[in-house]
Order: sequence, then structure tokens, then C-alpha cells
Amino acid sequence: MTVRRMTEILEARIASGEDQMDLEVSAACGADLMSDVMAFVKEKVVLLTGLVNPQAIRTADLMDIRVVVLVRGKSPTEDIVAMARENGMVLLSTKYSMFLACGRLYEAGLRGGGIREIA
Amino acid sequence: MKLKFEVGDEDFSLAGRASSELKGVLKRLGIGPDLVRRASIAMYEGEINMVIHAGGGVAEAEIEADRVVLTLIDAGPGIPDLSLAMTEGWSTAPDRFRELGFGAGMGLPNMRRNCDEFDIESEVGKGTSVRMVIRL
Repeated sequence: MTVRRMTEILEARIASGEDQMDLEVSAACGADLMSDVMAFVKEKVVLLTGLVNPQAIRTADLMDIRVVVLVRGKSPTEDIVAMARENGMVLLSTKYSMFLACGRLYEAGLRGGGIREIA
Repeated sequence: MKLKFEVGDEDFSLAGRASSELKGVLKRLGIGPDLVRRASIAMYEGEINMVIHAGGGVAEAEIEADRVVLTLIDAGPGIPDLSLAMTEGWSTAPDRFRELGFGAGMGLPNMRRNCDEFDIESEVGKGTSVRMVIRL
């Protein structure tokens, strides 16, 4: 799925990465706790999160995640947009909740995301 | 090459600067992306831990030909039960850090998972030191 298609599905506002609309993504991870992202993510995923602070962008950068979607109608602050731009990252905002945003992407065919066995 | 970082406790938004800088240096040295990611995550979780639990500390990265050695030392309250602290999902982080995206109880397990050697020493009332080795 391209970032362009994802933007349409999520009716998202683009805060950063307008030039990367043709970037292909094949997996997603929805999380608000960044250590869970670091424990779980193996692939190059889209990160859907309700966390709007620099740590969300920093975590994404360390994990080589190129696309971050802020859910639940949250807008990024200027410092977060600047960080995303500096790191060449796509940053989107959607009005949908985490559940609905993930559901819409899944329904549209984005199925990858990995499984972690119960400890 | 040796990098040294003072990790402060004043501003949570600044936590992670050491790991970002480490990542940049390792990338410039041509080290593979998987190793860079592992070293950066180990350092980042360590930094976050020091900010949340110890009021800051000192983080060092020694980059050698065949390994990266990360050392994190703080003078915080120490960890009373290390085996409990190493359990996935067990957290003593205050709720305000959960609102900031941390406190999942995955910090120390993530650090151990991402390195080849992991040593932790902690004394209640004195502080904690962690040494992690990532073989290149």
C-alpha cells in the first residue's frame, strides 16, 4: 500500500513527507507505549500512535520507521513536525481512533504486522 | 572511539539524544542497519530508564573494531529485586511517564534482548550500572 492510498483511507492530513506519497508500506503497528514498539517491531512498519511527543518520532527513527500516523484527531506540534522533517519521515494525522484507523487499513489490505508469542 | 553523554533529568523530551547521536556515528562508520538498530535501542531504553528512575546519569559508548560496549551508570535509588525488574511487563514507572509513552515494563528486557552480553549491578540507595556488549 502506498502512503498516498493510506492518506486517502485515513482521510489524513499530511504534516511532513509530502514528497513521499509513493512510498510502499506492507505492515503496521499500533501502540502508545514506545517500549512495546521496540520489543515488537521487526519489519519496516507504519507506526500508528496517540502519543504526540518527541519520543514517538525518536522511537520511529531508531526503529527505521518511515511513516508515523497520529490517531484520534491529534495534531503534531511544530517541534514534532520539525523532527519528522529533519528525519525525512512521513507524518500524518487522522480523525479516526486507533481501532478504526487500524481497522480501515486492515480492511484495505494492509495485513502485515507480526506476531509475538505469549510469554 | 569513545562517546560520553550526560543524561539529565530536567527535560524528558530531550531523552534519547545519546542514542540518536550513537546511531548517527555507527551509521557513518558503515555498520549494518540491524546492529545499528540494536545498539540504538539498548542505549535509548537505558537513557529513558535513567531519566525515569534515577534522575539522570552517565552513558558511554566505546566503539571498537569488533564490538560496541555501552555503559550506563546512575546514582539513583537502585533496584531492590533485579529478577523482577527483568520481567517483561513489570514496571515501577510513575503514571506520568506512561502518559509520555514509557513505563510498559519492557525497558530492561529490551536492553538485554538487543545485546550479546548484558550485565547489571544495582545497590539500593547507591545506584545502578549496566554494561552491554554488541558484537559487530
